[in-house]
Amino acid sequence: MLSLKVSLAAMLITLPLAFALAWVLARWRFPGKLLLDAAVHLPLVLPPVVIGWMLLLTFGPAGPVGGMLERWLGLSVMFRWTGAAIAAGIMALPLMVRAIRLSIEAVDHRLEEAAQTLGASPARCFFTILLPLSLPGVAAAFILGFARSLGEFGATITFVSNIPGETRTLSLAIYSALQVPGADEAVWRLALISIGLSLGALLLSEALARRTSATGTRHVL
Amino acid sequence: MSFDVDVRKALGDHVVTARFVASDGITLLWGPSGVGKTSVLNMIAGLMRPDQGHVSIDGQMLFDDSAAINLLPHRRRIGYVFQDGRLFPHLRVRANLLYGHRLAAPENRWMSLQAVIDFLGIEHLLGRWPGTLSGGEVQRVAIGRALLSGARALLMDEPLASIDPARREGIMDVILRIRDELVLPIVYVTHNPAEADRLATRKIELMPSSR
Repeated sequence: MLSLKVSLAAMLITLPLAFALAWVLARWRFPGKLLLDAAVHLPLVLPPVVIGWMLLLTFGPAGPVGGMLERWLGLSVMFRWTGAAIAAGIMALPLMVRAIRLSIEAVDHRLEEAAQTLGASPARCFFTILLPLSLPGVAAAFILGFARSLGEFGATITFVSNIPGETRTLSLAIYSALQVPGADEAVWRLALISIGLSLGALLLSEALARRTSATGTRHVL
Repeated sequence: MSFDVDVRKALGDHVVTARFVASDGITLLWGPSGVGKTSVLNMIAGLMRPDQGHVSIDGQMLFDDSAAINLLPHRRRIGYVFQDGRLFPHLRVRANLLYGHRLAAPENRWMSLQAVIDFLGIEHLLGRWPGTLSGGEVQRVAIGRALLSGARALLMDEPLASIDPARREGIMDVILRIRDELVLPIVYVTHNPAEADRLATRKIELMPSSR
């Protein structure tokens, strides 16, 4: 299904970015950190239409990123499923950063110090200590972000429109079916699929978050 | 093998200072609580940067503010046994032991895994997860992990503090054997007078000072 492809691509694009942002926010201190934190959370509070419009400006042929893609690679994400993946990824970013950040903060920094005294360079510490210990949070972020991507609507329809077979994801398909008289059955079917996927994802990510912390005080929900 | 330590660091409203030269044996850092004994260990290990001074081991300068030398902890080859062990919870005992061993240059690996296992009597723990070990077992593994990393000296920060008294004797024996059989210099921090008397080759008294 197109939605799964879009969401999966969204996660592959966003996960490394989300991890990097979560790591910076959890471990670094620098001026402007609050601003970065707020910027990461913007998609959570801004109207999705605004995000979609900003993506249009950025990735459009005249936009800074869109122009470069077109010129150097001959690519365009406009009205393509890849564009839908970008929109879904951006909208899922804040949730993912939150989940990963919690799990990074739960990792005892002193373990990394111990690793350093044993001969591990900072990079090796990162890959052998911090990354594996925060993996449950990364998995939770993946599931949560995946579910969020499946439900993306506003930014997607604004950015890449509603093209059957290209950008018509689950939510857009429900919306389209609602516009057609007598398509109740299709709406029910699609709505139930989306409820099932979302509920499953939330339960799974909460279970993972509980495994991360023995105290059970850190929640995604 | 000898340490030459002369460091000074302002922490909050007081200043941690330490100055000593120590050769083989167990050098005990002694002084009232809060005087900065652990901070001195951290400065020797490179986990904390002194404001001034120098740290050298065996003639190799590890830190010298006047020459802008500050080796990162992973290049210092100084083993550190922490009060709480700090075993890696996602690795079994065997992988914990080998963590630093695999990173050490072959010529620096002066003890084999089997030698360490026999020395500490931890054969039966190899397949266990750190979370299932007792305090004494954790410290044995932590000591073994430090020895295997090719360390040329050990720092020990109250290694007996989180072990029940009945098990302390065994770990104390291990520490004395490290001193006598392996001839590895140790800088040791404790609050316990009995422990201090039993282990110390020399005592370095740290004095509180305000800035």
